[in-house]
Amino acid sequence: MSVERTLVLLPLTVLRMQGIHFKRLINRKPPCKTNRINRILPIHLLMLGQFMEALDKIKIISEDPYSYASNLKQATGKPVVGNFCSYTPEELIYAAGGVPFRLFGTKEDISLADAHLQAYCCSLVRGGLEDALKGNLSFLSGTVFPHTCDSIQRLSDIWRLNAGFPFHIDVVLPVKLDTQSARTYMIDVLNAFKSDLETALNVSITDKKLLQSINLYNRLRRILGEIYEMRSIDPDCISAADLYHVIKASMIMDRDELLELLLSLRDDLKKNLKEKTLNTNKRIILSGGICNHPDIYTALEDSGAEVIWDDLCTGTRYFEGEIEQGGDPIEAVADRYLTRMVCPAKHLTVTARGENLVRLVKDRNASGVIFMFLKFCDPHSFDYPYLKQFLDDAGVPNILLEVEEQLPSDAQLKTRFETFVDMID
Amino acid sequence: MAGQPIINDSEKERRKIKSVSKMKEIMTTYYIEAKTARENGKKVAWITSGGPVEFLIAMDVIPVYPENHGAMIGASKMGVELCEKAEEMGYSRDLCSYARADIACSVTNGGPIGGLPKPDFLVCCNNICGTVLKWYEVAARYYNVPLFILDTPFIHTTMSEASKKYVIAQTYEYIDFLEKQCGKKMDFDRMHQVGKLGVQALRLWQEVLDTAAHKPAPMTAFDAFFHLALIVTLRGTQIAVDYYKQLRDEMNQRIKDKIAMVPNEKYRLLWDNLPVWYRTKWLSDKFSAHNACLVGDTYTSAWSGIMDLIDEDNFIETGAVAYSSVYINVSLDNMLETLKKLIKKYDVDGLVMHSNRSCKPYSLGQYDLQKLVMKELKLPTLIIEADMVDERSFSESQIETRIDAFMETLKA
Repeated sequence: MSVERTLVLLPLTVLRMQGIHFKRLINRKPPCKTNRINRILPIHLLMLGQFMEALDKIKIISEDPYSYASNLKQATGKPVVGNFCSYTPEELIYAAGGVPFRLFGTKEDISLADAHLQAYCCSLVRGGLEDALKGNLSFLSGTVFPHTCDSIQRLSDIWRLNAGFPFHIDVVLPVKLDTQSARTYMIDVLNAFKSDLETALNVSITDKKLLQSINLYNRLRRILGEIYEMRSIDPDCISAADLYHVIKASMIMDRDELLELLLSLRDDLKKNLKEKTLNTNKRIILSGGICNHPDIYTALEDSGAEVIWDDLCTGTRYFEGEIEQGGDPIEAVADRYLTRMVCPAKHLTVTARGENLVRLVKDRNASGVIFMFLKFCDPHSFDYPYLKQFLDDAGVPNILLEVEEQLPSDAQLKTRFETFVDMID
Repeated sequence: MAGQPIINDSEKERRKIKSVSKMKEIMTTYYIEAKTARENGKKVAWITSGGPVEFLIAMDVIPVYPENHGAMIGASKMGVELCEKAEEMGYSRDLCSYARADIACSVTNGGPIGGLPKPDFLVCCNNICGTVLKWYEVAARYYNVPLFILDTPFIHTTMSEASKKYVIAQTYEYIDFLEKQCGKKMDFDRMHQVGKLGVQALRLWQEVLDTAAHKPAPMTAFDAFFHLALIVTLRGTQIAVDYYKQLRDEMNQRIKDKIAMVPNEKYRLLWDNLPVWYRTKWLSDKFSAHNACLVGDTYTSAWSGIMDLIDEDNFIETGAVAYSSVYINVSLDNMLETLKKLIKKYDVDGLVMHSNRSCKPYSLGQYDLQKLVMKELKLPTLIIEADMVDERSFSESQIETRIDAFMETLKA
């Protein structure tokens, strides 16, 4: 690993222990120069990370989350808590001193997971288990499984029986989110989760800690929203692939470190932002579950289009909605999960997601939608025909990209995207 | 491969279950009533197989089961055509074949009974899977009718008090929903009676299944798949109670008369997961040829498996808790406990697991269950990769080879 990468993967806390304050270290110069400068600088300056842009740090972490998490755990002793779902009540994990860590599946071939899961199971579930069984996730102190879909539900059992992490908590959230009794139940579940976490991590989650956490999460989510807004206004201020790294790192990093990086990034972007964008690419919304393929953003750009907003679990669903402050904190956390736009594994109304998608297209001045979800994902596959119908009725061009373990070849992707972009007026 | 014993026609006739004709008659009447409900001023509700149908019966609503319909489509070998139609409509081939076939039927009015009667409203209980939620959302949009969801939280360890409170609260919401849809109040005395009849039917159904513990078994799991229909569709009625009494008595008589369903029954097997509807006869013959009898299964016993949790004098408050605890809504360790009990009760020599592409909550985890059963009980197991309705996922030669090899190890 290069010195540069090693440096970045060292958590800020380590730098702080050496009396180094990160904010002052972040270079505000245009990002393109940093790599070149780094290469010619003496190593001791590199060690200070003096010319490292927030975005570069984020990218390195996003590309190698496991090394980051291992180092973080080693340096700070903070428990890293794995999860697979945007309904994971992260606010409570943070309040318990933990680092919520989103799992994205594996980059390796599936071998060990084959002994536990059939081939008709999505690559996220199979890949997640693969990494757990291979020992690639040994930095995890435990895993939290919110109720998501049938596959994740069974993965939780298989994981608990085979993966061997110190703790395992199921958070069996309600599936319908539109009734009073579901709200009451969700609050009960969150309270139970709070006490399970307290036991697992041997801490006490005080109201004060919880309020601090809510405050932090509101700030993080607001900033992510601002960055998304800026890209929506001027896609040239940050590339979609880079924004992918930002959102991914946001689900992985120590959230205090993240805040500093996001603040710095936001300020950088503000400076670059043009009121009237020069970008003439077609504006596209990406809709689906998890996206772990930054390549599709560049392939799309090469075809003359830009993802300018999304409807993804690893996207807007992660940061939209603020937690109200003032009332009971657990209830407030529950209310955000109850009012935020649902994922297809949850029920709001029978047309909520369709209406939302059409509205998004209009609000974001988009001219097309790309559906992208994993093969064998039941909830998304069931919603697809109706969402497509809603878009067709609204005259919005759309295509489906069903992703298996690997993306289609570059050439195939390019052809599909070019054909799609041609469909758009 | 075992030689097929020579059996003459009168022996074959003797082995036939006589109640079958009664069952067919009841199901025909039921579907005629359902299809003519509107003419008779009755409301029709679609409901999931694990849903609390008793409340519908008490409200004089005719319950219709898309899953039972799916099974009929599979058994009539009409699955592929309908599944392909659904795929044309944009539904992925990887989705549940019951759902695909049924969704296609709504549009084409095809299938063995020309489609199901249109629902006035929908009742979806997710104790069997997350798929039904999505499937019923599709139906709610297509027919533009109200949808009630009974959300039964999955049980990873034990059912929490919060969860119990939640499902009981929903039971009252369900009653409110029905009262609104039907424009009349729930008659709680009637409900009480229906609840009792429901429990009675479950007990009788369990007694029917228990007769297969006898050696040789008077019936097989394949028979159970067929006779299950009433416990799904008419639970809570006197008809189901009367029928299962008749069937139980017939089974007991067969035991007295020494009638075995599989002649020369030598190997007793337990089946896991839904049937392969379009190949029940083929599979039944295949195992019989090896003198093997599928004496029990985890699927048909799932309904009665919860009956001890229902207080028949307080069905309203205990029913939903029991329904939340069905075999498929609990964790693998809980499932293993049930499997062990069944293995012991039926005294089986092996376990056959249908890895069913259509049913993830039932099938994912089977590999672990298989390992645990082999480790803890030293019981031979076989996994068959197939699908309950979509024949395209059934490879006859591969499955035949696997069954033969499995039987050879049992015989060794």
